[in-house]
Amino acid sequence: MKDITDFQIRLAEAGYVAEKDLAATLLLQSRLERPLLLEGDAGVGKTEIAKTLARLFDCELIRLQCYEGLDVNSAVYEWNYQHQLLAIKMQESSGASADSKEHDIFSEKYLLKRPLLQAITMAKSPVLLVDEIDRADEEFEAFLLEVLSDFQISIPELGTIKSVTKPLVILTSNGTRELSDALRRRCLYHYVDYPDFDKELRIITTRMPQVSQKLAGQVVEYVQALRKLDLRKIPGVAETLDWTAALLKLNLSSLDQDPELIMNTLMCLIKTREDQDLISREMSDRLIARAG
Amino acid sequence: MTNSSEQNDFVLEDTLLDRLLGFLQHLRSNGFHLGIQEELDVMKIADSGALLQQKRLRWGLRALLCSCTDDWQRFDRLFDTYWKPANSKREQAASYAKKMDSKKGLDGGQPGGGGEAAEADHAEEGDDSDAGDGGSKGGASLQESFARSDFRQLSDESQMREMELLVERMAKKMRRRMTRRQRLQRQGSKINLRKTIRNSLRYGGTPLELAFMKRKQQAPRLILLLDVSRSMSLYSFLFLRFARGIVEAFKDADAFVYHTRLVHVTDALRERDMTKAKEKLALMSSGWSGGTRIGECLQMFNRDYGRRIVNSRSIVMIVSDGYDTGEPQQLTQELQQLKQRARKIVWLNPLLGRDGYEPIAEGMKAALPLLDLFASAHNLESLMKLESSLMKL
Repeated sequence: MKDITDFQIRLAEAGYVAEKDLAATLLLQSRLERPLLLEGDAGVGKTEIAKTLARLFDCELIRLQCYEGLDVNSAVYEWNYQHQLLAIKMQESSGASADSKEHDIFSEKYLLKRPLLQAITMAKSPVLLVDEIDRADEEFEAFLLEVLSDFQISIPELGTIKSVTKPLVILTSNGTRELSDALRRRCLYHYVDYPDFDKELRIITTRMPQVSQKLAGQVVEYVQALRKLDLRKIPGVAETLDWTAALLKLNLSSLDQDPELIMNTLMCLIKTREDQDLISREMSDRLIARAG
Repeated sequence: MTNSSEQNDFVLEDTLLDRLLGFLQHLRSNGFHLGIQEELDVMKIADSGALLQQKRLRWGLRALLCSCTDDWQRFDRLFDTYWKPANSKREQAASYAKKMDSKKGLDGGQPGGGGEAAEADHAEEGDDSDAGDGGSKGGASLQESFARSDFRQLSDESQMREMELLVERMAKKMRRRMTRRQRLQRQGSKINLRKTIRNSLRYGGTPLELAFMKRKQQAPRLILLLDVSRSMSLYSFLFLRFARGIVEAFKDADAFVYHTRLVHVTDALRERDMTKAKEKLALMSSGWSGGTRIGECLQMFNRDYGRRIVNSRSIVMIVSDGYDTGEPQQLTQELQQLKQRARKIVWLNPLLGRDGYEPIAEGMKAALPLLDLFASAHNLESLMKLESSLMKL
């Protein structure tokens, strides 16, 4: 149990407040060298986990942001065509054989490494963050699966590139699409939920030591109550932090100090018009009173 | 910790490993997909000493063996029932009680909250306790027969709910596949030589900047017209869910319901909360489940919305059984007008799936020659087929 607690403390030192079970999962991941799939609502701190791990292991973070239509060219590699064409032009008068010219033009010099290729060719194993994998389409998911199981990429002109080191892979998903069973089975799994009161309070005080205990407590109480309302876009931890920062900038020491002003800072938390309509002045005042 | 593991070595070898494999079996019979790779990984965890600490074993196995939110939510309960047999009776009893509670909750109407998510949970709960009793995997075969059963044969409240969920999910998937196929077409783009050479002038004749020709084809714009008259009442709620899925997935889709008049329901359907959506729909729906005047409603549609939302990439889908109390001539006339404006007109008739049904209703007969596609829509399977037919249009 001690190693888990230690790891939890190290995570906290790197700026991430994690539950014991998450710490255990992350520890297990680095032992088994398997990718970790993180699911949960937007704004619960999935991406942050990868960033923290990179800080913790003092290695590079390579991020692949997925989107609909993401293809191999922008995820793995691309030839630098302009460069190649120029090279052909320059070699025209060199008198080298066609074979050697070709060999030269399709060498690593003209290869543009995109995140996946980058991740497997680094000298020190990096953290590879595949963000919002559910946004990419099925073909890409299948390709990713292949890369993640073999850690090698074949480039027709160059041959197969084997990984030097195994990257630590973190995948995140917001659940907009069902992921394939094959990918899920390949990965360890952890569901990240919204933090409870104590955890969120610890997150705020860890990230912003200058905030007073009273204000932090009120802020968390307020946001937690807000999450229970029927909002279209539920504020995440990032929003809580933004809001706290805004309140600090305004030199507020507690929420009930200036409810009018609080209303004007709510754009840090409320991100759609419908939600804005829902949170009236009275509603906000009631939340503040409850957070007291 | 090292001490205790040495003391317990013999236990580890024999009984505990068997118990551990038994746990995997227990999970398998509860619908977890676990292979040999997972068994090997579990052994690795066991080797690291996790076996002797309950929490650690729980967290390790959970990360390793769960693969989606459902698994995640069920895992703790399954873990407890297996490793703490003394509790199992109580657990089962509790889950049974919960099931009864949730049933009660459904009958009384759900008080706000996460609508859809809550429904899904209830469905899960049911599955769980079934599996716990018989240890069988009902999932796949259930879905199979489910897909073929006529919507009107769903009597059970929970079945209905599950079907609604499936129908909505399927509608959402449709968009992905339809746009994907279009992307493939775009990959077949050709180099536009003329423009490329023009571009290369700047570089002394070397074609550095290539210009491409793209075949532009946009996703079709779907417009749904749902018949909610009395003769369709068995199907109308399911089709509303279908419409909800479509409207949510296709940004520019529109949905209408009609009986004796036409109501625009896109905004109500986009409402994420099911309870609120139902409220909104209820407000609009005075006169639901009455007779149908398809022709008049189409006229209303052509007049009020036609110009604005129907264009050359619109596919208009009419869902109706064709029992019309209006004039067949009017229907023909309005359909003709609609046809000039829209790319395609599709008619989905839930009755078409029944044995011995012939489209002899007056309205249906009048409409037939003007339709680009006349398809059945009485079960999940037929709705799935619809997607490929739409692609071919």
